[in-house]
Amino acid sequence: MSEAVLETRDLNKNFGALQVSRNINFRLDAGARHALIGPNGAGKTTFVNLLTGVLSPTDGAVLLNGRDITHMRQDRRVKAGIARTFQINTLFAGLTVLENLYLAVSEHLGRAGAMFRPAGARREVVDEAMAALDGLRLADDAGKTIRELPYGRQRLVEIAIALALKPKVLLLDEPAAGVPSAESHLILDVIEALPEDIAVLIIEHDMDVVFRFAREITVLVQGGILASGPPDEIAANAEVRSVYLGEGTHD
Amino acid sequence: MSADTSTTAAAAATAGRLDRASARRILLHDHRIRLIELLPWVIALGVFFLFPGYRLLATQILIMILFALSLDLIVGYAGIVSLGHAAFFGTGSYVAALLVSSYGVPEPVTGVVAAVIVSAALGFVTGWILLRTHGLTLLMLTMAFAIMLHELANEFAELTGGFDGINFAPGPILGIFDFDPLWYSSNYFYALVFLFLGFLFVRAIIYSPFGRALVGIRENTRRMHAVGSPVLWRMVTAYTISAGLAGLAGAIYVQVQGNVTLGVLSFELSGEILVMLILGGTGRLYGAFIGAAVYKLLESFTEQILGTDQPYWMLVIGVVLIVTVLFTRNGFIGMYDDAIAWIRRRRRS
Ligand SMILES: Nc1ncnc2c1ncn2[C@@H]1O[C@H](COP(=O)(O)OP(=O)(O)OP(=O)(O)O)[C@@H](O)[C@H]1O
Ligand SMILES: [Mg+2]
Repeated sequence: MSEAVLETRDLNKNFGALQVSRNINFRLDAGARHALIGPNGAGKTTFVNLLTGVLSPTDGAVLLNGRDITHMRQDRRVKAGIARTFQINTLFAGLTVLENLYLAVSEHLGRAGAMFRPAGARREVVDEAMAALDGLRLADDAGKTIRELPYGRQRLVEIAIALALKPKVLLLDEPAAGVPSAESHLILDVIEALPEDIAVLIIEHDMDVVFRFAREITVLVQGGILASGPPDEIAANAEVRSVYLGEGTHD
Repeated sequence: MSADTSTTAAAAATAGRLDRASARRILLHDHRIRLIELLPWVIALGVFFLFPGYRLLATQILIMILFALSLDLIVGYAGIVSLGHAAFFGTGSYVAALLVSSYGVPEPVTGVVAAVIVSAALGFVTGWILLRTHGLTLLMLTMAFAIMLHELANEFAELTGGFDGINFAPGPILGIFDFDPLWYSSNYFYALVFLFLGFLFVRAIIYSPFGRALVGIRENTRRMHAVGSPVLWRMVTAYTISAGLAGLAGAIYVQVQGNVTLGVLSFELSGEILVMLILGGTGRLYGAFIGAAVYKLLESFTEQILGTDQPYWMLVIGVVLIVTVLFTRNGFIGMYDDAIAWIRRRRRS
């Protein structure tokens, strides 16, 4: 068995009386291609928010490389190697694509606190920002504002930003959500080509994508893990079929 | 990250793919000093020589510009709205005044330095506490804090002079130049020099990586967290700097006139400075210049024409504010942007 990069122990999250995460014991292995599936409102995004520190759990622990990060600030977790994309685009809409990447890279390289040199003076920041765009064939759009881009390309910028942070763990929250199906292959190609050394957790409703991409699947239902295992095992699991796959098509 | 950046960037992008050199050039573009940026300083010098009778008003305008500029750093760039910025202006004022009247340190630049340090420290502490909140809560807390300070100053009347304030006589600037209560010549240049220094400081900051990060926080705080930005720390830093600059403005304000009253801590002043900034335009550096100048000129001329027995000028300011907010994108500077864009479009066609 390979080693766990990211782990949770009995993770719970309540919003008032609503239990959104229930005793989640989850592990993401090094180099994982792991899918998290579950019906709408199952608590998938909430789980990502707990992993990234957007939310703090009611109880339980989050471990990164065996180290307890349950109370670590969001930005420190990013610096420690956890990057995520958002289910709904969360970008600097009024800024250019280049500026979006610039902000990420300058934080990543620890240059964003500098006050007395102009932005852009550091060559390596701009170079890395452009390299991140090149990698996803976004360089042609560098000068456009996010608002000017079609939604599908904005989704790519989400991924470009996450990758520019050079993560060890990448959490993709429905990366193709809202993208017309004719364009979604562009995003899926990028995801399939992600570097092997990054542990990837993807939340996805499209079962074709899940079964093509994932080597491990976790099914979340009403905040709790219903089943976890390799795709064929999950596909054969009667409980999963009745509760989740049996529901038929998903949005 | 002004409209300018995006237009040049867009031009470069349509011209072909963006190579690294042009990417850098675009990021550095705003930082370059444009010729038109000399205009405020030319005007400032012109006013001094051409309208000696208006030096008192002009000095006040310079100081209000500096105060508005300090507010722009947090409101316009970092997106932190405050209705209590007079807390720092007033703190600077009282530090400068008390240093002369109670501590026997008459040299004004020393007073300014002390004022900046104390108000920045106050900004740091309050920022560290208040900036964990957002939106209306933050607005209320900044306001409440300023009102509290105002009340405190009122309470300690033996020290602050209470409602009547204190008169004090600062010594010569750096031991050399005496203040000139009659013609306001050294007073004017004293304010101008500090405005210029403060401006250079703010200008450097907003085009720096730190300044860009503030814009990032304003544009999308959630995203800034997710790219690993220590958002609270960045905001506290900006707030501290802003408080220090407001304290600087406050110190100069009372030094040039040799007296201080509770007005420097008032809610009215906090509101006024926000109005000046919104009139001029936020997040654009020169909005503070235009806003403060227009506001003070309107105030002064309305009072000259309609008298001071009724606050007519508030009516005038009210109307101007409503019209500006309704019909411009971002105050007077927004009008200027639109005009430039319009001219460019006409030239192209
Ligand atoms: N901040 C919040 N306060 C209260 N309830 C919340 C909050 N965030 C999420 N919830 C609730 O928690 C539940 C899980 O939401 P979550 O967004 O994690 O689901 P999801 O599995 O990502 O769903 P989807 O597939 O629709 O994205 C939902 O019932 C939602 O209404
Ligand atoms: Mg979700």
